[in-house]
Amino acid sequence: MSALPVPPAAAAGHRDPARPAAAAGPSPDAAKAAGGAPSAAGARVEFRALRRAFGPTVALDGLDLTAEPGELLALLGPSGCGKTTALRVLAGFEQPDSGEVLVDGEDITRVPANRRDAGMVFQSYSLFPHLNARDNVAFGLRVRKVSAAERYATAAELLDLVGLPDHGGRFPHQMSGGQQQRVALARALALRPRVLLLDEPLSALDAKVRLTLREEIRRLQLSLGITTIFVTHDQEEALSMADRVAVLNAGRLEQCAPPAELYERPATAFVAEFVGTMNRLPGRLTGTGSVEVAGRTLPVLPADGEVPGGSGPVEVLIRPEGVRVEADPEGTATVVSASFLGSVTRVLLDLPDGVAVKADLASRDAADLLPGVRARVTPVPRPVLVVGKAATA
Amino acid sequence: MAALTPVSLSPDSTSPDSTSPVSPGAVPVTARRRRPRYWRGAVLTVAGLYFLTPLISSFVFTVHVPGQGLTFAAYSGILSADGFTESLFLSLSLAAATIALALLLVVPALVAVRLGPPRLRAVVEIVCMLPLVVPPIALVTGIATVLRWGPDHFSRTPLYQTFLAVQNESFPVVLVLAYTVLALPFVHRSLDAGLRAVDVPTLVEAARNCGAGRLYVILRVILPNLRSSLAGASFLTLALVLGEYTVASLLGFRPFAVWIVSVSGAEARMSVAVSLLSLLITWALLLVLSRAGSGPAAGAPAAGATSGGAAASAAAAASGATSGPAASAAAAASGTATTASAAPTPVPGKE
Repeated sequence: MSALPVPPAAAAGHRDPARPAAAAGPSPDAAKAAGGAPSAAGARVEFRALRRAFGPTVALDGLDLTAEPGELLALLGPSGCGKTTALRVLAGFEQPDSGEVLVDGEDITRVPANRRDAGMVFQSYSLFPHLNARDNVAFGLRVRKVSAAERYATAAELLDLVGLPDHGGRFPHQMSGGQQQRVALARALALRPRVLLLDEPLSALDAKVRLTLREEIRRLQLSLGITTIFVTHDQEEALSMADRVAVLNAGRLEQCAPPAELYERPATAFVAEFVGTMNRLPGRLTGTGSVEVAGRTLPVLPADGEVPGGSGPVEVLIRPEGVRVEADPEGTATVVSASFLGSVTRVLLDLPDGVAVKADLASRDAADLLPGVRARVTPVPRPVLVVGKAATA
Repeated sequence: MAALTPVSLSPDSTSPDSTSPVSPGAVPVTARRRRPRYWRGAVLTVAGLYFLTPLISSFVFTVHVPGQGLTFAAYSGILSADGFTESLFLSLSLAAATIALALLLVVPALVAVRLGPPRLRAVVEIVCMLPLVVPPIALVTGIATVLRWGPDHFSRTPLYQTFLAVQNESFPVVLVLAYTVLALPFVHRSLDAGLRAVDVPTLVEAARNCGAGRLYVILRVILPNLRSSLAGASFLTLALVLGEYTVASLLGFRPFAVWIVSVSGAEARMSVAVSLLSLLITWALLLVLSRAGSGPAAGAPAAGATSGGAAASAAAAASGATSGPAASAAAAASGTATTASAAPTPVPGKE
């Protein structure tokens, strides 16, 4: 596989027909495209107060979000949270009711989809069934009336880039799902777009192909330096690939942060529970900033920008790896099951008041935690998030 | 990220369970298939006799003249027969115009319906299927009434000229309009089956994303993927127009089917010979079409297979259309039918 993206000269050549101004002479745009591919590719994308409703359903409820130049931003959320709508608004397939979309400061909200300069890979297989892989990749260049020799050279280069150098003559129905999505990726890159949009491109693939393609997309994105927006409902995918992950809920942004921060310091209870696995343990607030849970007093993290005050019963959110379990005949918890997952064993326990707890332990520490064994559960002393009882109803 | 691994493991763990019950079930299926094979032969024989007997009888009638023995004069005389070329050419040009008009109406409508609100899909389907429940005789009575009534009401307007123009003997546009209505169900069925096999919204969006305008998308993305169902729709329309008798005859025009019936009085053998030939040509076309539809040249095997199937399933309708005049011609030839029905009824509005 060639490590090089499309050569800058070819890039300038086939961008020109779409922009008559650039064809006339060395306009700033042509210079930008010819001068350095990465800088031309890395655009800043901004959503400003986007609102879109479908009848009574509000898909986007004032979304504010910025993707920095060259970054891979994942939009993550449950189905119906508006992530796909946001991407479709950016691609020009949906019009927002209000708000605007900016690419490099330029308002493109009313620009038709075919002049958006954003390459997209779709969730379902979207290759043109009547064209072979080479013609699929070259389709956009043909629309822009690029000469046959040039567009086939570009297509061959891109097919090489996505690891399918020998598949140019194959039709979509002769390729596997993973290969089709690679060709779709090459097609999306053929016009040297400023932004790459990925709408759950891996969700139709089987687990193994998904893993390898995920890594390849990320590698390609890094080498091209293209701003990429990746919609997914698979948190593992989002956390492993993205520079930053934006968690959406009910059309609003809950939190946008690098994966580790999202996992370790969720800004809201929704993010805390949506990303990764979370236990809800009963606890009691003991004054501002601390909570008592399972016999320990832990500091409380601010949620939604506020540290909960007062005192009273709350639920404490703790990750499975934030729970320590020791076999103890005097303990109050009972082991329900233990699943061996390699280096880690996930143990399910029941607390006396019917609360179920998941704990991830190093497998060598979990050897004697067999179903039915009494155990003692203690939280790791780390700051935790709490949610009010009322909010959980 | 160990906490997340169970998510990706779960699909794998369920797959062996879902596949295991399939293999034991495979054995009884083949055992069950044995019996119908016996019946299949019987049904095929009966159906074959039902279809072939009239054809063979017709063929024998055309080549065997009592007292003269075997002669192919009925076939060799077709080309030089009076009115054959004119009527065939008229029917073919009517068919071409009907195909063009029907496709121009239905393709954009169906694509728009696929992209737009799904409720409209049902409306378009019902509208396109209506001609199936309205008998052609009712349609032609309505058209004749309008043609008669029109000139009286519009005699002082430019519409009067229009009324005359659509009834031009050399190319009656009114027949194209009527045939388009009659062809709508077949065209709709064939194209709908083709479109069903294509994810139209995604393909349109993918093409728009590649910079294509709307017209470019229809011409370069949608139509190439409908190739075999377009061919199917065109073929069915051709068969319908070549065989249509009622409307043309009652409106007083003389395309191919009307010509066959009109020569049957004087040239009974030739009339049946022409019917036989047109049936054979129709079947040959159908065969070519279904081969083309299922071949790899169609690009998408799913689309090809579906519309090939649609064409085959609609073959009954096509052969119904072609066998209409053939049957009436054969009946006329055997002397049981009178020429009364074949005589064009004068339409008052035409005078």
